[in-house]
Amino acid sequence: MIGPLQTGFGALSWGNAVLICVGLVFIGLAIVKKWEPYELLPIGVGMLLANLPGTGLLVQPHEVGGEFGSAGILGVFIEFGLLRYTILPQLIFLGLGAMTDFSPLLANPRLLLLGAAAQIGIVIAFFGALALGHFGIADFGLMEAACIGIIGGADGPTTIYLTSQLAPELMGITAVAAYSYMAMVSIIQPGIIRALTTSKERKTYMKPQIRKVSKAERIVFPIVCIVLVILLVPRSAPLVGMFMFGNLLRESGVVDRLSDVAQNALMNIITIILMLCIGASMPGHLVMRPETLMVLALGLVAFACGTAGGVLLGKLMKVVSREPFNPIIGAAGVSAVPMAARVAQHIGQQENPRNFLLMHAMGPNVAGVIGSAVVAGAFLNLLG
Amino acid sequence: MKLAQEIVEAPITGTIISVEVSVGNQVEEGDVLLYIESMKMENPILAPVAGTVAEIRVSKEQVVETGDVLIIIEC
Repeated sequence: MIGPLQTGFGALSWGNAVLICVGLVFIGLAIVKKWEPYELLPIGVGMLLANLPGTGLLVQPHEVGGEFGSAGILGVFIEFGLLRYTILPQLIFLGLGAMTDFSPLLANPRLLLLGAAAQIGIVIAFFGALALGHFGIADFGLMEAACIGIIGGADGPTTIYLTSQLAPELMGITAVAAYSYMAMVSIIQPGIIRALTTSKERKTYMKPQIRKVSKAERIVFPIVCIVLVILLVPRSAPLVGMFMFGNLLRESGVVDRLSDVAQNALMNIITIILMLCIGASMPGHLVMRPETLMVLALGLVAFACGTAGGVLLGKLMKVVSREPFNPIIGAAGVSAVPMAARVAQHIGQQENPRNFLLMHAMGPNVAGVIGSAVVAGAFLNLLG
Repeated sequence: MKLAQEIVEAPITGTIISVEVSVGNQVEEGDVLLYIESMKMENPILAPVAGTVAEIRVSKEQVVETGDVLIIIEC
């Protein structure tokens, strides 16, 4: 506790100091390198604010008997937006749905398979975390393992949603891992793609997508997804339902104002609040725990295995496909929209200047978002 | 002797945000010819072959559809 005439210096722990430095690095990466600035900048500021002692910003209303005036703004956001009602990730999914164009997927629906294959990273990290828990190396049970595995879905809001439901104490670290790896997709993925493919495969030219997807198809798709996916995995409803609702706002063509708000104003407001909360969910004592490093390492394994799973299925599809098929688009199945698709596009074009794989890669990319939301729903069905 | 022509088509629907070459320029395979903005991304369109820019069919801020002819290179 800090007295009225004391500064915060004396109460600053090593853990706080480390996380303040990490926060500053995030702010630097966002501003100088422009890496995921919309996420990393507020996350970095959240880390700074949460680790400066004696501010009271993190005090949640339930900790002060529901006295809102005594609670801190970050505590209010975290309690009501993430821990008690979990509305923030769901609202982000509404905005993401309104921003997503499913045409590349609808033009070539078999690309859905690549989005599914890339979810293998989640499963591998899940069992990896369970093994660490089983052998007493870390304190991971089924709940924690699911939240660590979902990092491999490379989808921040899905990771936040699942962790807040199953293992809230891990929320800060899993979310920071997910967003950090998404920001580093252009560093992590190329080596894996190159290791698993030959130069000839990467050079494979795919014709630009020419099948025009009709408006009717684009309208029917989110409606069918809402009904079918939620019937199949009911607990995926909060994410898939909001995602597809947002997409229907966009594609229906009759509610432009709502679509515009979901894509811009709402998305921006929720991003500010959610990212601040994520940064603020990284209190200093977390860095002193070996589990934190294990979560980061397993998250990286999940991400790498997801990339590999997509590429390997891409290689199989190349064998059975009648048309030329470039397997590197499989790497985009890990979500991280649109960065992972851009990586596939960049490598494909680097190897063969005629190649333009962006639209082909966007198919598995958006399929990956649905895939990781469904896996999160399946975890909730089984464990929640 | 008539030179072979390489027709560079738009691989994606979008807006031309800049044209990096002029008619008569020599280009190498992989040089950036122009940028198309699509899906809120700047996408470079590269020269598929080395040669001379014979014709430019598009200009800045023009909207193009997939398959539209952008540039013709003589090689």
